[in-house]
Amino acid sequence: MSVPPETIDALIACPRCDTLHRSHALAETERAACARCGTLLITPRTRSFLHVVALSFTAMILMVAAVFFPFLGISSHGLSHESSVFEAAMAFSDGWLAPLSLAVLLAIVLLPVARFAALIYTLWPLSNGRPPYRHAALAFRFAEELQPWSMAEIFVIGTGVALVKVAGLAEISFGPAFWAFCTLIVVTVLKTAFMSKWTIWEAIGR
Amino acid sequence: MTDHPPFLTATDAGLTGCTSCGRVWPAGTARCGRCGAHLHPVSTASLQPVWAWWVAGLIFYIPANLYPMLLTATLTGHQQNTILGGAVELAQHGSWGVAGIIFLASILIPISKFLAIAYLALSVGTERRAGSHRHLLLYEVVEFIGRWSMIDVFVVAVLSALVQLGFVASIHPGPAAAAFALSVAFTMLSAQSFDPRLIWRGPTENE
Repeated sequence: MSVPPETIDALIACPRCDTLHRSHALAETERAACARCGTLLITPRTRSFLHVVALSFTAMILMVAAVFFPFLGISSHGLSHESSVFEAAMAFSDGWLAPLSLAVLLAIVLLPVARFAALIYTLWPLSNGRPPYRHAALAFRFAEELQPWSMAEIFVIGTGVALVKVAGLAEISFGPAFWAFCTLIVVTVLKTAFMSKWTIWEAIGR
Repeated sequence: MTDHPPFLTATDAGLTGCTSCGRVWPAGTARCGRCGAHLHPVSTASLQPVWAWWVAGLIFYIPANLYPMLLTATLTGHQQNTILGGAVELAQHGSWGVAGIIFLASILIPISKFLAIAYLALSVGTERRAGSHRHLLLYEVVEFIGRWSMIDVFVVAVLSALVQLGFVASIHPGPAAAAFALSVAFTMLSAQSFDPRLIWRGPTENE
C-alpha cells in the first residue's frame, strides 16, 4: 500500500505509537491528540513565538545574575563562607572528580543558556513574520534534544535539600543569585507552556 | 476488546514517521527533510542500545552505593556517608521530609527505573495491539522522572561548596557522586533509546 506524495505532507505520525493522522489547521484554542494513545500532537499557539523569545531572553539575563552574584552564605562559630553557583559546580574540581564539575556546569548553566539562545535564534525571525534563519531546524532540534539534560530546576530543589541539611549546623544567608535562580525556574516553566512544537516545526518547514 | 476501527500506523502504510517532529516520509528515507533528525523504522533492533545503557547504568549504580557520597569533617571528628547512610542519618535527626526526598530520588526512583525499563523491553512483542496504554504511561513516567535522580549530586555540590568553615565544619564530595551521576546519565540514555512505538506494535508479525 503506498501513499501519493502530495498527501504525505498532510500526515502526522504519532511519535509515541506510530498511528497516522491527517493534520489540518486548528483554531487557537483547539488541540489535537493522538486517537490511539492520547499523546498531544498539535497545540497551536501561533502568536506565542514572541512570548517565547521574550521569556528566553529574560531567562538568559537571570542566568548571568545567577552565575555571578553571591548565591548562598553560611556562618557558624564566627566563621563564614560564601558560595556562588559557579563554585557549587566547581565543588568536584579537585582530583579525578573534575569531569563531574564540567557535567554539573553543563547541566545547570551552559545547556540552559545554549537552549535559550537556540530558541531565540529559531523564533526571532518567525515572530516577525520573516523566513527562518539558516540552520534554524538544526538549532530547534538541538534545543529539543537537550531538554532532558538541562537541569536548572533540579538544581534548585537540590539546593533546598542541602539547605535543610545545613540548617541545624550553621546560619544561612541568601544572595541575589539564589532569587535569580528561583525566578529563572518560573520563567522557564512559563516559556515551556507557551511553546508548541508542531507549530514551530510547521513555521520552520515552510 | 476493539470497539473502534483498527488504527493505521505509518509502518503499515509503508512510511516512516519522524519521532522528533512528527513528519512522515516514505520508508527507507534516512533523514527527516524538515528537522534533520535520523529516521529509524520501528524495530526490535532498537532494544540493543536500551540494554547496553541499562547494563552500564546498573554497573555504576553499585559503586554509587558502596562508596561514600559525602566526607564531613567537624569539630567532633570525621565522617563518611553513603547514599543510604545519609538518608538514614537524616531520618534519625528527625528530618523525615528531606530523608524521604533523598531516599526517593537516590534509591527508590533509580531501582524502580531499572525494573521498569527492563519490564518494558522484555514485554515488547507480547502486548495486545489494542491496548498498551499502561505501558506507555509507565514509559512516560520513567522518561519524566529519571532526571530528578540527579538531585543528590546537586545536594553534594552545594554542600561541598558552601560548608567550608575550616576546623568547624567542612564537607567534601566522595567518589560515589561521580558513579551516581554516571549511573543516572546512563539510565536516562537507556530510557531515551527505548522506542515507545514498539509498545503498540503488538505481537511480532514478521521483522
